[in-house]
Amino acid sequence: MTNWSVILKIARTHLTTKMKSTVTAALGVTFGIGAYITMAGFMTGLNNLLDGLTLNRTPHIRLYNEIAPSKKQPVSLYTDFKGAFNVVTSIKPKETQIKIHNALPILKYLKTKEDVKGATPQLQAQIFYLSGSIELGGILIGADIMEEARLSNINDYIVSGSPEALKNNANGILLGAGLADKMSLSVGDRIQVATVSGSIFPLKIVGIYQSGLAEIDNAQSYVNLKTAQRILGQPENYITDIHIKLFDIEAAPAMAKRLERQFDIQAIDIKEANAQFETGSSIRNLITYAVSLTLLIVAGFGIYNILNMLIYEKMKDIAILKATGFSGRDVSLIFISQAVIIGLLGGILGLMVGFGLSVLIDNTPFETEALPTIKTYPINYNPLYYVIGIGFALLSTFIAGYLPANKAKNMDPIKIIRGT
Amino acid sequence: MKLVLETRNINKHFYKPKDFHVLKDISFGIQPGEFTSIVGKSGCGKSTLLYILSTMDTEYTGELYLNGQLITGKSNEELSRIRNRHIGFVFQFHYLLSEFSVLENVMLPAKKLAEKSLEEIEHDAQEKLKMLHIGHLAQQRASRISGGEKQRVAIARALINNPTILMGDEPTGNLDSHNSENVFNIFKNLAQEKGLSLLVVTHDNDFAKRTDRIIEMEDGSILK
Repeated sequence: MTNWSVILKIARTHLTTKMKSTVTAALGVTFGIGAYITMAGFMTGLNNLLDGLTLNRTPHIRLYNEIAPSKKQPVSLYTDFKGAFNVVTSIKPKETQIKIHNALPILKYLKTKEDVKGATPQLQAQIFYLSGSIELGGILIGADIMEEARLSNINDYIVSGSPEALKNNANGILLGAGLADKMSLSVGDRIQVATVSGSIFPLKIVGIYQSGLAEIDNAQSYVNLKTAQRILGQPENYITDIHIKLFDIEAAPAMAKRLERQFDIQAIDIKEANAQFETGSSIRNLITYAVSLTLLIVAGFGIYNILNMLIYEKMKDIAILKATGFSGRDVSLIFISQAVIIGLLGGILGLMVGFGLSVLIDNTPFETEALPTIKTYPINYNPLYYVIGIGFALLSTFIAGYLPANKAKNMDPIKIIRGT
Repeated sequence: MKLVLETRNINKHFYKPKDFHVLKDISFGIQPGEFTSIVGKSGCGKSTLLYILSTMDTEYTGELYLNGQLITGKSNEELSRIRNRHIGFVFQFHYLLSEFSVLENVMLPAKKLAEKSLEEIEHDAQEKLKMLHIGHLAQQRASRISGGEKQRVAIARALINNPTILMGDEPTGNLDSHNSENVFNIFKNLAQEKGLSLLVVTHDNDFAKRTDRIIEMEDGSILK
């Protein structure tokens, strides 16, 4: 039977009489855990920010119609030439529309699916922006702006004006910030857009859109879907893109494949489109863990050293405990509990230090042109890191305490008493 | 009469640095209430024998009985429990836990045994200290009292679980004559009044002569 109150009492007495080494050992753990919490919070905060920058405005699945030459040319369908060596030169794609052929039924179908959070139609078109004598090429996106605001964080990137203002104005436009700058336009001004076929259309600027990515801000603007269809002189079923947001992002690749087959359409999922972001995130995580682990191993060695010395100092105590009826297991528990107490105290303090540093970083001003919504450095306060941190602390101190404790367990009391 | 402690044909070798037959066919028994001393020259094996009898040393051949029960071959956990319950041990050097108070030192083996409540243990410990005339030292740190006092604290600690037998390894070896006399009288009283069996290794012949029985050892054997 293990008598914990006695064991803990002895452990506590050892720790309090050797306050200096206890504090040193605990501070080692504090340092390791504090650094881990800060780094994990900062790194993943940064990851989330960067991911958010691109991933959040990327739909989970994008459906579109790609113009490409047919893979099967007519000659290969003709049985007479079967087995012959056919050469077809100068293959061109068939002349067709870039719209999705049965967009409205597809949208209707998607909205009935349970795992789909939402599906929005878009019309993307090449146009020119005209203001006075300036002519700039760009892209006009016709969208259901309120659905977009619900499904993506477009709201964060509208630096002036609002999605409602666009919805309420049939001739409104959310102009890219770069374009607004170049043409020195602001909310309330007028701008003209010209289609590739030459027709010109006047629009009123109801908001400015700044994504933080210059190539988008310098070219892209939003109008209502109907406005875009009118500008291009197309009917209401003219839709070039369908953006799908799912409840579970992990289901995107499978669903994209299925939709591709079902509707004979191009479907690209978020994983395929942003593979490099996943890689970047996982490498940054790896660095965080490598550095934290190194710090904790160093702290672990500190604890190991201190306990090892303590055991040599306390050899006579160990002998007397064993002689008066404490088993080897009791003795090893005394030293392991000392290590774990150091780990627990140091770890909890480390969590607090980590949290404090995180708050400090969180309140450090960080302003950049590219990120209009960010005012301070990003920090992730995920409680999981705090759980992992304290788990790490207890595990590493347990291992560091186990080895010396095992030595104490196997010490022969007779040898100590006889002084050999 | 039933023997408190009995050995049958105990043999022990030291193998380092070379084979040395340190105990040869040791067989003897101790009666309840008997005050026995073991004497002999340095290196005759008397301490080695005592450590075997105290169950701390398990590397021997032969059989050891405590209260008629075979001890030899039991696991370390069981031996610890037996030491805790039945054997009190007093060393030449006092070996108190220096960071603890005198009272805590005395209470420790009883807390480990955990047969009584904390209040009872504390009460018992105070009683033992008073019996040895050191009740006033209870709250002192163990490192702050004199050598003679330390040895009495060690005796109180050995007695806290009311053991079957008290063993001493040169318990007066490090004390002046006044304190030696003190310790001897304590032992004598324990044997006579409480009926406690005592087994003390010593090379103090005056001490040994006044005990009930002397076991003399030479070269690993009992002479008489």
